[in-house]
Amino acid sequence: MGDFRLGLAIAAGKMSALSIRRLGRGGGTALPGVVSNALDHDILDKLAARVPGGCVVVAGTNGKTTTSRILAEILERSGLGVIHNRSGSNLVRGITAAFTEQVSLSGVPSGQIAVIETDEAALPEIVRRTKPRLIVLLNLFRDQLDRYGELDSIARSWKETLNTLDPSQTILINADDPTLAAISEDSPAQRLSFGFAECQYTLDHLPHAADSAICRRCGASLVYDELYLSHLGDYHCEQCGYQRPALDYGAREIQLHGLDSGELTLGTGDEALHLDASLPGLYNLYNAAGAAATALTLGMPGWVVQSAIGEFKAAFGRIERVEIDNRHLVLVLIKNPTGFNEVLRTLAMSEMVDPVMIVINDLDADGRDVSWLWDVDAEHLAEVEAPLSTAGIRSGDMAVRLKYAGIPESRITPLGDLDTALEQFVESVPEGRTAFILPTYTAMLRLRELLHKRGVVEMFWET
Amino acid sequence: MKLTICWLYGDTMNIYGDRGNVLALAQRARWRGIEAEITTLGVGQELDPDAVDIYFWGGGQDREQIPVSSDIQGEKGTVLRQSLEDGAPMLAVCGGYQLLGTHYHPYGEAQLPGIGFFDAWSEAGPERFIGNVVVDSDRFGSLVGFENHSGLTYLGPSAEALGRVRIGRGNNGQDGKEGCVHKNAVGCYLHGALLPKNPAVTDFLIQAALQRRYDIQELEPLADDLEVIAHAEAIRRAEITR
Ligand SMILES: [Zn+2]
Repeated sequence: MGDFRLGLAIAAGKMSALSIRRLGRGGGTALPGVVSNALDHDILDKLAARVPGGCVVVAGTNGKTTTSRILAEILERSGLGVIHNRSGSNLVRGITAAFTEQVSLSGVPSGQIAVIETDEAALPEIVRRTKPRLIVLLNLFRDQLDRYGELDSIARSWKETLNTLDPSQTILINADDPTLAAISEDSPAQRLSFGFAECQYTLDHLPHAADSAICRRCGASLVYDELYLSHLGDYHCEQCGYQRPALDYGAREIQLHGLDSGELTLGTGDEALHLDASLPGLYNLYNAAGAAATALTLGMPGWVVQSAIGEFKAAFGRIERVEIDNRHLVLVLIKNPTGFNEVLRTLAMSEMVDPVMIVINDLDADGRDVSWLWDVDAEHLAEVEAPLSTAGIRSGDMAVRLKYAGIPESRITPLGDLDTALEQFVESVPEGRTAFILPTYTAMLRLRELLHKRGVVEMFWET
Repeated sequence: MKLTICWLYGDTMNIYGDRGNVLALAQRARWRGIEAEITTLGVGQELDPDAVDIYFWGGGQDREQIPVSSDIQGEKGTVLRQSLEDGAPMLAVCGGYQLLGTHYHPYGEAQLPGIGFFDAWSEAGPERFIGNVVVDSDRFGSLVGFENHSGLTYLGPSAEALGRVRIGRGNNGQDGKEGCVHKNAVGCYLHGALLPKNPAVTDFLIQAALQRRYDIQELEPLADDLEVIAHAEAIRRAEITR
């Protein structure tokens, strides 16, 4: 190994990761990447090129952490060493840090294959630098931080990136997302697709939080034969005949089992693979189908895919179950309006009656303008009998949102500040029962701190 | 009794939270036993002012304002303006507010004519005003919202502001004014959404509509405990964040 600069950069990155952990400052997930990058700014390119089985990049607004974790689990169970930015640190620095940590000082990767979860905006740079063999695109949703058309510019930059690929590379898209189907159409890379071939759970119309679906070929409105989630579905254009691409991996026999699990069958005939996922909601079945399709494309055995998905536990912050004072708490992160809608829809479909506390903060990472709450279909909660509490910096706004969704005020309790609200909420739950907490991002961080102080959850970098 | 709420250009001018204003109007009518119907009116569709009790006009991106601006030139704009002159209630936020004035001048592009109902005009500014806002209004008391605009609006001599900016930047960051009121129409830059947290404005619009259609002078009061909590919380938040 004659690359002195690379060796120095790796060593420095490893040292800084170690010293951060000794200091006990959470995570230490991105700083080593900054240190390594400063010493050798090609480090990611060089390390990625040395991974014998190549790199798999996973991107999308929702589900990229869960999907890439399921995928890494399948690959590991198949006997491969996997380099993976497991902490969910998905910008260039965090990804560089993950590579630095998972190679020897001389630059030999500790794994045979890399699974890279990447942020939407970082995708072009990550693809350029790691030259992935496979790019998995899950979905593109508008989120509350994006009021002025950022989504359009991300779609454009993805399209440009996909058009620079070569035929040795593969793109696997969720074909139910018309945007992904359109932007991958002209790429020289091989294109594969997954999606829902048949699904009994449908929406009557596009939810308010979804962008209206426009045919990217001719500009007419797309017509949905079936609509499953936000703008995901089976669609066609009446004007120019454009339609959802044929599915290489079509999911059928989709069943949801409340807030615990779901199942689906991927593919047909001899190839069909039945998957029991221990994750709730249609959005997680998309993640499971995406991870399974990716693993099958990479040649992993079906039985390993089945067992890994069946036993998978949700990634940090997505869905988490904790015990506190003999009550079961289920924590579900609210990331954006579409994610929030799907959580509420899943709660409503399962007809659950357990108490729910929604925690809304308005710090930078949550979205400083809480207007987005009005584009969430809180009306779903009017269909269930559960008592509803609100908390966080914008507890009052959420309470008002619930009221205007048609929920009687007698069922709504605004608890305010999260620190005191948590105690009050837990006490309001009968012993032995289950309750749900739905926090925005910074509220989840605070919630975990509070629970950690009471000794009920491990901090995320330890898991 | 029934009120029809018309969401102008609801298919294209509907940035986050605009739905909250329409929902607030409909729900506060329904809670008083009044039926509420929500309709939308898009580009190229004819406006029948007799079929509308309350208008809502929301915000959009600059490029979405161009077809809307040309749509309100001629007959449709004249009809809308006359309807407002006759006392039809309206809430207009952001882009809709700008087009109630004489014109909006986007950066480096042609001027977009409005309907000239407000004695006000707007132009693109160099800076984006983003953050929590508190306004003191003589008509409505304190108002809370979230501003997010780079357009600057200036009121002419005959225009009445919605209120004085207590916290935030307001119409243009210079004269301490926010929004505009004329007849029963309110225009402003306040998102959040505005009406759910400021029920005094919602009830003013509903009252004006009931008076016009049914000659009803008084509005049945509602319990606003949650709205009061959210309003106070928004004021505290503005004090801390700006
Ligand atoms: Zn078309």
